[in-house]
Amino acid sequence: MRYLPLTPADRGEMLARIGVPSIDALFAEVPVAARLNSLVDLPRAMGEIEVERAIGRMAARNVAAGSAPFFVGGGAYRHHVPAAVDHLIQRGEFLTSYTPYQPEVSQGTLQYLFEFQTQVALLTGMEVANASLYDGATAGAEAVMMANRLTGRKRAVLSGGLHPHYREVCETYARFVGFELAAQSPAPGEAEDLARLVDGGTSCVVVQNPDFWGELRDWSALGRTCHDLGALLIVVVTEIVSLGAVRPPGEMGADIVAAEGQSLGNALSFGGPYLGLLASRDKFVRQMPGRLVGQTVDADGKRGWVLTLSTREQHIRRERATSNICTNSGLCALAFTIHLALLGESGLPRLARLNHAAAVALAERLHGIPGVQLLNRAFFNEVTVRLPRPAAPVVEGLANRGVLAGIPVSRLYPGRPELADLLLVAATEMVTDADMGRLTRGLAEALS
Amino acid sequence: MSAPRFTKDHEWVRLEGDLAVIGITDYAQSQLGDVVYVELPEPGHRVEQGKEAAVVESVKAASEVYAPVSGEVAEVNDGLAADPAKVNADPLGEGWFMKLRLDDAGQLDGLMDEAAYQRFVEEQH
Amino acid sequence: MSEWSRALSAHAAQDIAAPKTFSGNRGLQIEEKLIFEQDSPGLCGVNLPEPAAFASRLGELERVGPIGLPGLSEPQVVRHFTRLSQKNYAIDSGLYPLGSCTMKHNPRLNEKLARLTGLADIHPLQPLSTVPGALELIDTLTHWLKTLTGMPAIALSPGAGAHGELCGMMTIRAALEAGGDPRRRVLVPESAHGTNPATAAACGYAVDPIPANECGRVDRAALESKLGPDVAALMLTNPNTCGLFEDEIVEIADAVHRAGAFFYCDGANFNAIVGRVRPADLGIDCMHLNLHKTFSTPHGGGGPGSGPVALAGTLAPYAPLPWLVHGEQGLELVEYKSGPAGTAIGRLKGYHGQMGMFVRALAYMMSHGADGLQQVAEDAVLNANYLRVLLEDNLSLSFPGPCMHEVLFDDRFLRDTGVTTLDFAKALIDEGYHPMTMYFPLVVHGALLIEPTETESKATLDEFAAVVTALSGAARSGDTERFHAAPILTPRRRLDETAAARKPVLRWRPELPRREAAD
Repeated sequence: MRYLPLTPADRGEMLARIGVPSIDALFAEVPVAARLNSLVDLPRAMGEIEVERAIGRMAARNVAAGSAPFFVGGGAYRHHVPAAVDHLIQRGEFLTSYTPYQPEVSQGTLQYLFEFQTQVALLTGMEVANASLYDGATAGAEAVMMANRLTGRKRAVLSGGLHPHYREVCETYARFVGFELAAQSPAPGEAEDLARLVDGGTSCVVVQNPDFWGELRDWSALGRTCHDLGALLIVVVTEIVSLGAVRPPGEMGADIVAAEGQSLGNALSFGGPYLGLLASRDKFVRQMPGRLVGQTVDADGKRGWVLTLSTREQHIRRERATSNICTNSGLCALAFTIHLALLGESGLPRLARLNHAAAVALAERLHGIPGVQLLNRAFFNEVTVRLPRPAAPVVEGLANRGVLAGIPVSRLYPGRPELADLLLVAATEMVTDADMGRLTRGLAEALS
Repeated sequence: MSAPRFTKDHEWVRLEGDLAVIGITDYAQSQLGDVVYVELPEPGHRVEQGKEAAVVESVKAASEVYAPVSGEVAEVNDGLAADPAKVNADPLGEGWFMKLRLDDAGQLDGLMDEAAYQRFVEEQH
Repeated sequence: MSEWSRALSAHAAQDIAAPKTFSGNRGLQIEEKLIFEQDSPGLCGVNLPEPAAFASRLGELERVGPIGLPGLSEPQVVRHFTRLSQKNYAIDSGLYPLGSCTMKHNPRLNEKLARLTGLADIHPLQPLSTVPGALELIDTLTHWLKTLTGMPAIALSPGAGAHGELCGMMTIRAALEAGGDPRRRVLVPESAHGTNPATAAACGYAVDPIPANECGRVDRAALESKLGPDVAALMLTNPNTCGLFEDEIVEIADAVHRAGAFFYCDGANFNAIVGRVRPADLGIDCMHLNLHKTFSTPHGGGGPGSGPVALAGTLAPYAPLPWLVHGEQGLELVEYKSGPAGTAIGRLKGYHGQMGMFVRALAYMMSHGADGLQQVAEDAVLNANYLRVLLEDNLSLSFPGPCMHEVLFDDRFLRDTGVTTLDFAKALIDEGYHPMTMYFPLVVHGALLIEPTETESKATLDEFAAVVTALSGAARSGDTERFHAAPILTPRRRLDETAAARKPVLRWRPELPRREAAD
């Protein structure tokens, strides 16, 4: 088998050196009843040709985003990743290295994570960021738990504009870790009065910007209300490219930012692996979950980097850890760092402008379709439209005709008939004029 | 100032007037390694004998520090925030953690004196 | 004297006879600045068109002021990250004998297939009718994992091993609550990985540690004495973190079940038994798998991972969303708590799980097949035992007798040498090896846990054993400076972790003064 370097002769020599007659002797502690007497009922080993054929066949059954006009967003976005990114992350020293527990031979990983932490802090307008979490939704739940620890309180208020998956993950953690949530109902197109829900027992308020409906808001006033009452403001960002054009949470009074970094460097990949970002204030850093890379010097006085503040983490604090997290999203963070290094100060805002321009053009065209109503006042690259009938069959019909028209809100809010007519439509720099034409014509036909 | 008394968790306490000064022992600091951070309570906070009063972090470990006696926190050693190395360099002096207004001076009687503590530490090895 | 001062003076004593260069570089080892220090304002590594003028709809929320990112061209970016990569040790470079991490070869076929357009360029929320192949792949992976574990259900969404542990413990708690018997305590061996007690505590349980016996296994008498009507679960790793198979596992499982508790198994060490033993046959109710360990998905410098959880029938109703079910019209993805998924504990993560890792793991499994996977476990165990016998005369083996896929030594062999486990590991770095796991598990002093995996050749193991033996001889013959100063041949020497923790510098800031060595 091509991945196994031992030959039968090797095995024989090694068994002799160990002093056992066969490999079975080394499995003697396995209870007899649990020993498998034959191979498990699965296919035998396959060469590359056959594996490629089998998995390639499955891949070929799917409609790839690039093969159709594509307007699907909802917290994961189709952006162009420059070719250099994928080449660099596949260098073996990045791909096949481990967590940098031995810093002297991991300065590559540690330096890029330090650069990543800096980039995330700069983008979000915050003081400090960690070396990534699993995804935006778990980052959101970790942010709430961090706020609970910092305030000593146990009730979090969640905006109705928060991505439903993010709310659902918070609900799961709340139930088992033991805290309360006041999750507001989804109310697209309406202003929410979250300030009245904050009191001396509130640990945090969680809002999203742009929110699930694509709407942009200034959360500064809510931030002030929270702070007056000793609560924290958590801002979620599911489209990180928006921070190339939109005022960052750090300039709106956010105490913690939980975000999804997939849009930079990382493919859609049917939902994972993605990239959780967590940023906050310096004074809160000892309560931040996840890994942190810090700068220091070595015995020669040269600048270098190490994992630091690890005593908060599970491998030392065990049951008193800030979180049970062990793994971060290293390679996804590297892809993010490289992509953002390529874009830089002038490229990210330009990319953001392209996205916004596409969305503005699309919103105008959608609004022009009879029966279609745009719900957004301010938006970045995603909008919500109300159709004159349920959106799910319309989307399905358009998919059959080769257009991936967006997300019917009922896909994520099945029990709410009042939302069934709503459609989320995203437009990134990958959307062409022709794509928009096919969408608007298709919609108009479907609704006529 | 009285002679220090010691606990099995390697904390020390001694009286200074009507305040009880608390810290960790030389043995504790040597086990921890370089101290990087000390989490101290707020003045006014109550601590109970045997319950967690502070947390001391080194690069490789984080340890709870339990109050040897009960009382109300009168003062904490703010100098440790800027220079946690004091805990390593002078654990019974400048590395003190907090001063308590003592509930009951009798609680010290139940703790080990220096000789008994030294014997206890030797048995640990 | 602080640990850092000791490292500094040892370093000064160990002089490397090598010329100082003008550049500070040493041949292929390049001193590489941060990207923020290589900024050329206005440079951009991506050519994007500027959109034609349009009316902004950002609602007066435009970002004003600089972000602070550096401007770089593509050649500079490529060179920067190439140079960074050259400072890393990796599986591709050499043996990576980290115990319980299973640092096996990462096949490149996995990377190729994960990048197929039909798998990489599909959105989790596009109509499910447009991604039947994705559902088929997930279903196929599920089938392989069910067959290998013998368990009837697999929860695929957890993002990594620790997340899988959390998932498992949540389903256990949900099952107990549904039965009206919540319980309070979880039993965890002292040898367990830190994620185990952290997870139990996160789930609201009190953690009760169980000692190991003198054979390195969990003390069954102690365990049984701690079982009671308030114990929700036992969390066990098998083989355990000492590299030993818990030979009383079936009796332990029976005792746990008689007490009305669940048996959670940490599957980090599945590589030792895959294809030869099914966890279900050992009485396990719930076991997370690490696709990035046993199933070769790359570690990527610390992630991403994937931690699916195999569940017994008693726990399957509580699996997190989404569920992939075989419906009347074929495969269906159940994304809400409805119908049979009404008892699900909800979501643990956004979307459907680490699909990119599913593809890689499935490619790996298909490549090996039933026969290859069994060979994996056998070669993993063979390699570890081979190292055991090559090293046991010079290092102190913690528990006598055969081990499974990893072998545990402790620091008794370094007694009175003045060399610690840490020093020993750093000297190993100078010899061109990533050290084994150090100071874990906590049940022995100065642990050295070695897991070679099955993808190492006999020649590699012979060379490694020879070097480790030579180092142990050097330590015992008083050659201590070698150890205290090590590593000296790496891009960086030992780093001041104390200073990093006392005065955390967690990001670049403009005009941050370069620190010089203090003390």
